[in-house]
Amino acid sequence: MDTSAKRSLLKRYSAFAVAREAFRQHTGWTRAWGQAEPKSQYDVIVVGAGGHGLATAYYLGKNFGITNVAVLEKGWLGGGNTGRNTTIIRSNYLQDPSAAIYEKSRSLYETMSQDLNYNVMFSPRGVMMLAQTQHEIRGYQRTAHANSLQGVTTEWIGPDRVKELCPIMNIDGPRYPVLGALWQARGGTARHDAVAWGYARACADMGMDIIQQCEVTGVQTNGGKVTGVSTTRGDIKCNKLAMVVAGHASVLAQKAGFQLPIESVALQALVSEPIKPCMDVVVMANTVHGYLSQSDKGEMVIGGGTDGYNNYTQRGSFHHIEETVRALVETFPILGRLKMLRQWGGIVDVTGDRSPILSATPVEGVFVNCGWGTGGFKAIPGSGWAMAELVAKGHSPLTEEFTMHRFRHGKFIDESVAAGVAH
Amino acid sequence: MLILNCPYCGRDVDETDLHAGGEAHLKRFGPGSSDDEFEHYLFMRENPKGVHFERWRHVYGCGKWFLAARNTATLQVYGTYSAQSTEPPQHILDAIKEAQA
Repeated sequence: MDTSAKRSLLKRYSAFAVAREAFRQHTGWTRAWGQAEPKSQYDVIVVGAGGHGLATAYYLGKNFGITNVAVLEKGWLGGGNTGRNTTIIRSNYLQDPSAAIYEKSRSLYETMSQDLNYNVMFSPRGVMMLAQTQHEIRGYQRTAHANSLQGVTTEWIGPDRVKELCPIMNIDGPRYPVLGALWQARGGTARHDAVAWGYARACADMGMDIIQQCEVTGVQTNGGKVTGVSTTRGDIKCNKLAMVVAGHASVLAQKAGFQLPIESVALQALVSEPIKPCMDVVVMANTVHGYLSQSDKGEMVIGGGTDGYNNYTQRGSFHHIEETVRALVETFPILGRLKMLRQWGGIVDVTGDRSPILSATPVEGVFVNCGWGTGGFKAIPGSGWAMAELVAKGHSPLTEEFTMHRFRHGKFIDESVAAGVAH
Repeated sequence: MLILNCPYCGRDVDETDLHAGGEAHLKRFGPGSSDDEFEHYLFMRENPKGVHFERWRHVYGCGKWFLAARNTATLQVYGTYSAQSTEPPQHILDAIKEAQA
């Protein structure tokens, strides 16, 4: 214990460490996490080394002292939706259970860099969701009122304030003038890869095994209780299994013998060539359907809507890109002159009420965390926090309403018509 | 661009003229059914990584619904058929078998 504490002290990132390494040609940096070989048995196996899976493992160790944990990943760490999103962080949802878990998450982002000793570049630059129809004005004012009851700091702002916060916006658009916005001043962005890397490093420091290129091919049970998993790197035993695999949730659930109310579809994003700083807020325009922010490198980061059909190919329909850009050009004429650099797609797991599932399952010892759909990045720390509690204790106040059985009882957490979610 | 043949018009149609309608061949359950059956009918989905039988509507054309067999992992389309089918017809199953052989 003593030596490992010393080692982790030496491995800490700090101004002192940078100075020390500068004097020895940066030869002293060690791997942020090791290449682990699977052991034969773990207390908990987390499937999926994306943000949510790694955060689940991290809080299992940090909050509950469970460190005999493996995180299995069929591809590479953070290579799925964690590395494919537009990095927006906000918690301005309408329904109480949503506000609770998303605000928990947003608040954890505030101190994440310090907690993980890893700079995740959280930038609470403010997020505005534009109202461009009368209907949206009423919807967002309702959300602002709901948020004040929930203790989530948001406010309704008028068009003049919108223009002041984001001068490059054309608020008198011919089709969709900007009529106001729902403003969350402590929303923003973070470096998506760094979130996964920071959690991975912290997990490895606690002695957890992060095993990449290890695909789960089957779930072993005995008398309705999980006993382990078969993988492409052999069988591994476990007492509890947490499935945190987003787009492939249905595929993995089938291996464990149950079905989920999930459909997997493609969601795309793109970035422009880098330009000088021109926009220091995040803007979401749900009527015309596009989101926009500027990265620290200067690229304009653009997100749009999902395709309508089931898809696992991590590439979406080209016409959706055109629709997204066309919509944004009206509100941001400056974009019309920009070249686009890169476009990519991810597979998002969408539920009927556009709210996630964090739940026990019909198989004892198996827990599922999925259904974050188009908005999972913002939820990474809160989701991990809640999922860890669910796995460790069997219940959590944050996940109670997000059970997979809510559909049967009609207890939806309906964000799909609540305009809290762009989808 | 995904292109499906509308079995009513007989034309190859771009996805921009179509509306996706989700999983096909769902068995309907109504009053008197169990909670389990009703939940499965309304919410539970196969969501396979592979062959998917699904509903489409030729919304900017004849306006009619039809069914398609498509691979969600490769986007290969095996064929389209009438919405009045309660299960995939033999020629579609043969096309899938042939493609996977």
